Amino acid sequence: MTVIASSPAGTSTARPDVVVIDDVSKRFVIRKDKSIKERIVTLGRAGRANREDFWALDGVDLHIPAGETIALIGHNGSGKSTLLKVIGGIIDPSSGSIRRRGRIAALLELGAGFHPDLTGRENVFLNASILGMSHEETEARFADILDFADIGDFIDTQVKFYSSGMYVRLAFAVAVHTDPDLLLVDEVLAVGDEAFQRKCMDKIESFQKEGRTIILVTHSLQQVVELADRAVLLDHGKVVMSGDPREAVAVFRDLLGGRAVDDAQADSKIAADARIHTVAARAVGRAADEPVQQGDDLEIAVEIEHKSGIDDWVCAAHVISPAGGAVFATSTEMLGLEPTPLRERRTVRFVLKNVNFGEGRYFVTIGLSTSTGRHLAEYTIAASFDMTEFARAVGLVALDAEVSA
Amino acid sequence: MALITAEDRFARLAAEPLVTVSGDGKSNGFFASLREVLAHREMLGLLVRRDLKSRYKDSALGFAWSLVRPLIQLLIYYVVIGKFLRAGEGTPEYAIFVFSGLTIYGFFNEIIASSTSSIVGNSGLIKKIYLPREVFPLASLGSAGFNFLVQLAVLLAAALVTGSFPVHLDLLYALPAIALIVVLGFAFGLLLAAANVFLRDIQYLVEVLMMLLMWASPIVYPIGTVKDLLGNGWLMQVYENNPITLAVLAFQKAIWLGAAATPTTPAYPFPDDLWLRLGIAIVVGLGLVLVFQRVFTRLEGNFAQEI
Repeated sequence: MTVIASSPAGTSTARPDVVVIDDVSKRFVIRKDKSIKERIVTLGRAGRANREDFWALDGVDLHIPAGETIALIGHNGSGKSTLLKVIGGIIDPSSGSIRRRGRIAALLELGAGFHPDLTGRENVFLNASILGMSHEETEARFADILDFADIGDFIDTQVKFYSSGMYVRLAFAVAVHTDPDLLLVDEVLAVGDEAFQRKCMDKIESFQKEGRTIILVTHSLQQVVELADRAVLLDHGKVVMSGDPREAVAVFRDLLGGRAVDDAQADSKIAADARIHTVAARAVGRAADEPVQQGDDLEIAVEIEHKSGIDDWVCAAHVISPAGGAVFATSTEMLGLEPTPLRERRTVRFVLKNVNFGEGRYFVTIGLSTSTGRHLAEYTIAASFDMTEFARAVGLVALDAEVSA
Repeated sequence: MALITAEDRFARLAAEPLVTVSGDGKSNGFFASLREVLAHREMLGLLVRRDLKSRYKDSALGFAWSLVRPLIQLLIYYVVIGKFLRAGEGTPEYAIFVFSGLTIYGFFNEIIASSTSSIVGNSGLIKKIYLPREVFPLASLGSAGFNFLVQLAVLLAAALVTGSFPVHLDLLYALPAIALIVVLGFAFGLLLAAANVFLRDIQYLVEVLMMLLMWASPIVYPIGTVKDLLGNGWLMQVYENNPITLAVLAFQKAIWLGAAATPTTPAYPFPDDLWLRLGIAIVVGLGLVLVFQRVFTRLEGNFAQEI
């Protein structure tokens, strides 16, 4: 197969797949008996009672084209790290197959191949060779690695005397200089001081420009939105969605929110009877799907209901930024609305005057609670609206500014 | 670093075939594994050096320590068993006899002991990075081999000092003896390394078995004493054809010069057809490598989650 890639980086017309994941499942058997004695004692039926099946991955299908940066997100235990390890060939799947092309470097734990008794220099060569580089290649890049790690004369000291920062810097330096086509990153970008983190981010950016594929697992949703071209949301080993990072983050927050609501509602009749039916956000005087201009008034209409009736209630509206942070929140209580008993469906209408948010898609989350603060219902990412481009500035708020010189 | 544009990279990647790395349809035969290990041979060398370097890194005497143990062992066997218990009487050059046996057996012992713990001991790497896992038992084999060579040099020096340097055709016996130990050590090293991941009892069991195995070979006592007791029955056949015993006997025949009959002692009763027996043992050993490598491949997919 030959593909002539003539399109500039950034568009994706002729990109070959780097990783093809085909119906991959992974079952873990959790055993509680480990020694021979225990196993013999619990042989047969009783032994089966001592094991428990756990599907870490359940029928995952993914195609990852070259040059894409993919973030795997999900709860703890949703299978994202397992998926990364399966892609890296570290764990074999129970069924399905993984196909791959190109050179791979896995940064699942920085300095995994470092031996404390060897010097930094010796470890660089060992680690680089573990990551698939020959002695000559390492030699050729040694100056770059040393320069990136910035640890000076310590390179000839045993790494057990390194500070944790130096250790991580050296390890990262080796990993990013191995010229991988595919880089797997697991939660390691949150190390080192700020200057070094900046350096790592710059390196990742240049990796993206060079058409390298990056698959990362991170808990920082901010990072997901900033770095990834695509996010894959996993829940209980299944791919819930795969697409635009912002949307995936929103769905993920929904999932998180849903879980919180589930917990809260478990033993509460009052909460169980509360409903947030529909939420709509639109600019006053414009069509529902039209973008909101800076300076417009924004109307958020919320339809709520309480089946068994409730006397005092508070409805709150949150506006979430494109990157996932809250930028604005208000409530009926803050705005001085005296609650009247709620039973039948009714509509609460918030009007946000003169909205001056920056460009991008914003989300609305609605919460319903009692005036004492007891949580009743929540509707995460219930609606969204787009802000038009603001030519005079960038950022979350569109402030008018003047300049003189 | 040469600047490669994204398009160059895509074009190059597109020309590469997709390779199944795990799961259904992965080629995991013996030769596929062999190719993979060969592709990583440079790293294998570095792992061996890591093991050797780190072992005595901060000790003043450093490498000399790896010789202290066998030398003390030699002293004990020579004095206590050879002299006090008089097992050495009737065996000329008894010290060289014992030391040659200890050297070849120590080689096997070290391969097995360090291979068994090699996977568990490298858990940090195995959990984080994909490597053909066979390299870890192989690296154990490599560092054991290095220690063996050092000890062999000491042995030959000792033979030179005592004026019995082995310059004879029988020196060729050393080659199949070493080959047999390497083949068996690798075969069982693979099996035990994999088994130890799932059942940590294995490494303790191995310690005990290795002690037993040492006394089941004529290392500190001459084989004649066993023959006197067992005659030529099937028990003697079992004893003699133990592959470790064969390797020990062949190595002694190569290094030790006291085998010939003297006016006071009869010739050392090496078994007949030693070459043939060694050959069969090596072929069987190679078969075991194939079988145990299959077992290893079947089990290795679960290493990362079990350690």
